[in-house]
Amino acid sequence: MDERKGCVVSGTYTHAPGFYAGDRPRIVTSRFEYADSHTIERYLATDGYKGLRASLARPAADVHEEVKNATVLGRGGAGFPAGTKWGLMPAGSFPRYLVVNGDESEPGTYKDRLLMERDPHQLIEGCLIACYAAGLTRCFLYIRGEMVTAQERVAAALNEAYAAGYVGRNILGSSFSVDIVLHWGAGAYVVGEETALIESLEGNRGMPRLKPPYFPAAIGLYGQPTIVNNVETLANLPWLARNGAEAYTAIGTQTSPGTRMVAVSGHVKRPGVYEIVNGTTTFRDLLYGDEFCQGIRNGNKLKAFVPGGGSAPWFLPDQLDLPFEASQVGPAGSMLGSGAIMVMDETTDIPHAALTLTRFYAHESCGKCTPCREGGTWLERILTRIVEGDGTDADLEQLVEVGKSICPGDFPHAASERLGLAAVPFPYKMTTICFVGPSAYAPVNSALTLFPEEFAARVTRRNRIPVTAVAGE
Amino acid sequence: MSRLTDANVAIANEIVARYPRPKSALIPLLHISQEQNGWVTDDAMKHIAELVGVTPAEVLGTASFYEMFKFEPVGKYVINICGTMSCALMGAEELLHHAEHRLGIKVGGTTPDGLFTIEHAECQAACTEAPCLQVNYRYRFRMTPSQLDALIDDLAAGNLAEEIPPHGTLARVRQHIPADRAVGAAPPETPGQEPVWMNGKAAL
Repeated sequence: MDERKGCVVSGTYTHAPGFYAGDRPRIVTSRFEYADSHTIERYLATDGYKGLRASLARPAADVHEEVKNATVLGRGGAGFPAGTKWGLMPAGSFPRYLVVNGDESEPGTYKDRLLMERDPHQLIEGCLIACYAAGLTRCFLYIRGEMVTAQERVAAALNEAYAAGYVGRNILGSSFSVDIVLHWGAGAYVVGEETALIESLEGNRGMPRLKPPYFPAAIGLYGQPTIVNNVETLANLPWLARNGAEAYTAIGTQTSPGTRMVAVSGHVKRPGVYEIVNGTTTFRDLLYGDEFCQGIRNGNKLKAFVPGGGSAPWFLPDQLDLPFEASQVGPAGSMLGSGAIMVMDETTDIPHAALTLTRFYAHESCGKCTPCREGGTWLERILTRIVEGDGTDADLEQLVEVGKSICPGDFPHAASERLGLAAVPFPYKMTTICFVGPSAYAPVNSALTLFPEEFAARVTRRNRIPVTAVAGE
Repeated sequence: MSRLTDANVAIANEIVARYPRPKSALIPLLHISQEQNGWVTDDAMKHIAELVGVTPAEVLGTASFYEMFKFEPVGKYVINICGTMSCALMGAEELLHHAEHRLGIKVGGTTPDGLFTIEHAECQAACTEAPCLQVNYRYRFRMTPSQLDALIDDLAAGNLAEEIPPHGTLARVRQHIPADRAVGAAPPETPGQEPVWMNGKAAL
């Protein structure tokens, strides 16, 4: 049993552990300390479904406007404002669907599972508010296949909510009716991409669809207007509906209001999941602050960190003072992505660390786009060779060449005072439909650019074996 | 003899009815067949094709994309050891090697007694609790080699039978939509009308 604060035990299963509350505003984690936080009794006793009730007492368009005014940024990775996304649906085209993206699988990301296991009713209420505001008549809640406890908790919560009249026909006796259907996947990272998620939900192989259209808002599930929102994004809505956009935007900054769930893992003293104030909290606060990770393990030095999930280009200690704000992290050469920070201390073998990410993306390529399907595997093989001591200097060039076939032009990277390097800003160009291909190259490029000496030391063989004749003239 | 049982057909039909198009139920139904048999058999895929109204090849086409579906028998306990960055930084590879030595099999293999399969898994969303693993998708956090030994002993002795069912069983709580509360799934081809609550007035 885990004795740390915030970790509670129910039955034989420990709640998803790792969360630390701290003395900060809490929008989505306010019930996490209760052992019965997943039950409808606890939910109702702690303002549960009041946001829904408040929303139903207003015209749907007003609720939509409130969400727009609050600038609730998408928490899945791209950071697109939810209210604006809902507005992209063509008028007069019905039925429209809501698909909830609970396929959390970006390396380093750990927040949606916590939200689903510890507060499933909050997510359900968020879905209901979104459906009401945007005129969506059916909601599919897609949970990653491997997350059994999340599936159980959400199923139980839905059964409770149906029985109590919060979901289904004529909710709370109003004219609003919507079904929420629990759906679960079967193991495929790429399904986190919204059009791949829709393909999977239609019973197909989970491959992303060709773009345009760039958003499934116009043509999505079954060819109908569809909104795909991340679990954390929707979990913000009940609080917002109860307290209003003004209270929401009072937290954080104007461009990044509210809070964010951030998971910090790797070589820190106290790895954990924290709900942080958006836009103002810096990486230094997170990695070294007493209320957060309390510094690097064993008093070691920080070598590098991944600021926004495995897909994000890496940062160095040079970038520690950047805040959690997309408009500053982008020009510095990376992205905030899904709120996942992975920390590497001075003992880290950089080429090997990069391999653990590149292997992931190579493995998870769906195979639809050639640059990713072939390139990802090439990157993995070459990098493996280098890590195992069989690399040649030609391999280093080959890595870059393969990377350029996935992402032509300069790939974003951080500035390094040590190397006299200036930052290349985000984003990159890409030859693939989705971000899996570029993500396979991101760790390779970061490692090669920011730590060239580690590769030089690793590559012991020079050039290829010279071609010699089998026999003389 | 591995078509779905009558009880599972009833569950399957209830699930199929929730979707505007039946094919959407493919993945949930494949999970039910895997729960019944421990793996996805050809007969089960044929049966699912009948239930959903597609060809068996389409069922295989979808199923083979997803890692959780196994098309040959696997161990009663599938141990997925995460090897992505956060876990790798905290010693996942050592844990994996320890598991291989302890069980005498390589990654992807199954012990001769059919009890254990080891797999190298990718990120399992427990990154702060590294290194982590799942046994039949039930988590174990911050694992050390000695904890892994104890886990294997407990599983072999049947001490964890209640918490960890045999491979294939996922959630043991199922959604049930009561008939008197359900809105129902209309096919998308039906020309949809604007929902009644979008009339500019409050719904309540």
